[in-house]
Amino acid sequence: MSLIDPDSIRHGDRLALSRALTAIENNALVGEELQSALFPYTGKAHLVGVTGASGSGKSTLVNQLAKAFRRSGERKDAPKIAVIAVDPTSPFTGGALLGDRIRMRDLAGDQGIFIRSMASRGALGGLAHKTAAFATILDGAGFDLILIETVGAGQAEVDIAQLAHTVIVVEAPGMGDDIQAIKAGILEIADILVVNKADKPDAENTALALQAMLNMFHGGSLPVAGKHMRHAEHGSLEGHHSDLNEWKPPVLLVTATEGKGISQLVEDIERHKAHLQTSGLWQVKEASRLKRELESLIRESLMDQWQQKVDGKKLESVMKDILKRKYAPVEAVKLLL
Amino acid sequence: MTDRKIRVLIAKPGLDGHDRGAKIIARALRDAGMEVIYTGLRQTPEMIAEAALQEGVDVVGLSILSGAHNALVPAIMEKLKENGLDQIKVFVGGIIPKNDIPGLLDIGVYAVYGPGTDTQKASEEISNAVLQENM
Repeated sequence: MSLIDPDSIRHGDRLALSRALTAIENNALVGEELQSALFPYTGKAHLVGVTGASGSGKSTLVNQLAKAFRRSGERKDAPKIAVIAVDPTSPFTGGALLGDRIRMRDLAGDQGIFIRSMASRGALGGLAHKTAAFATILDGAGFDLILIETVGAGQAEVDIAQLAHTVIVVEAPGMGDDIQAIKAGILEIADILVVNKADKPDAENTALALQAMLNMFHGGSLPVAGKHMRHAEHGSLEGHHSDLNEWKPPVLLVTATEGKGISQLVEDIERHKAHLQTSGLWQVKEASRLKRELESLIRESLMDQWQQKVDGKKLESVMKDILKRKYAPVEAVKLLL
Repeated sequence: MTDRKIRVLIAKPGLDGHDRGAKIIARALRDAGMEVIYTGLRQTPEMIAEAALQEGVDVVGLSILSGAHNALVPAIMEKLKENGLDQIKVFVGGIIPKNDIPGLLDIGVYAVYGPGTDTQKASEEISNAVLQENM
């Protein structure tokens, strides 16, 4: 890997940017150096996650959002937009077919947009291990808005909630009954709920069911708003849980293929960003995200250190004993640390 | 670089709408452990070169059945060069008359794979070509 100059990335060199992302994805040392060099310039971009079941129309929605945001400013100060589109890696071959660009062909030729497809490479939370690092580089490269499309997600792929400032959960009509809507997981992380394919007959019922579920969380007297639980987990929201922090996720009907409902969605994304900034939640989210990133890097690094110093023969014999059911893995840990 | 994966862009330039071959090769390369970015139909040379740049690919595979390969492939090679992507391996698949193959190889195409190509052999060749360069 040749040298990559962080300054040229900051000044819009797209080839340098692309090479930086490749270096990070491949765990090359230069990738770490670039993250360090660019980190002081980050913290400005608005990270917006788009998640939902496969086939719910995430890529088409991202395509429309990027177009709409590019139109929103004056030509000169239209926001620069990066898209990170994550698709699953095959657990059997390690290969991946990344097809999100197919739905984003409208964005070709616009120098203010940069799209990068990413394979999940074994990560299970709906993103790849390096998605956060990608966001750091793109933020440092001066992109104002970073749209992150997750792997087709069901109920538990909620890593995006830790990474993004604003999470859009996309549902399609007819995907389940109202019990699905009150299950824990992906719906709880939504800052904005989109019922896509609103031209389908069941769309309004789906929207009503979602709305009813949200009213239960936010309007009723029960104190279990999933979103606040999420922050409270880190203890950072205690003490200023006031009305100012209350955000009721809107439920929007959208037909992404025709661009219907997109302008309302753009408006709500901007409104959510403003809400985060005025309420102080932006900083809370930043702190929690960076803490998470630090913890996961430490975990990785400790694992590396252990792998380097562990006695291979001992590991092998312990493994044999585990297979013979002499002792359980939980016990073996004590022998190997 | 232990975690390196070969990244491939599969593109269909020009106007023909038959992408079966493109999908078959995309699938074969995926099964060979590569990360394959599939861009869909009717891509211009500019779109292909830009996607190759953004995606940081090692290889570009072009599927052409329209007969316009002698116009499209040189244009794409040119655009790739303009983007600073000279090191990318380009292969072409589809319906390419025998007589046209030497001309394509002359302008830097790495290989031409016609109908009936053994996809496993092709993916091995592609992977060897990339790995040799980077080892």
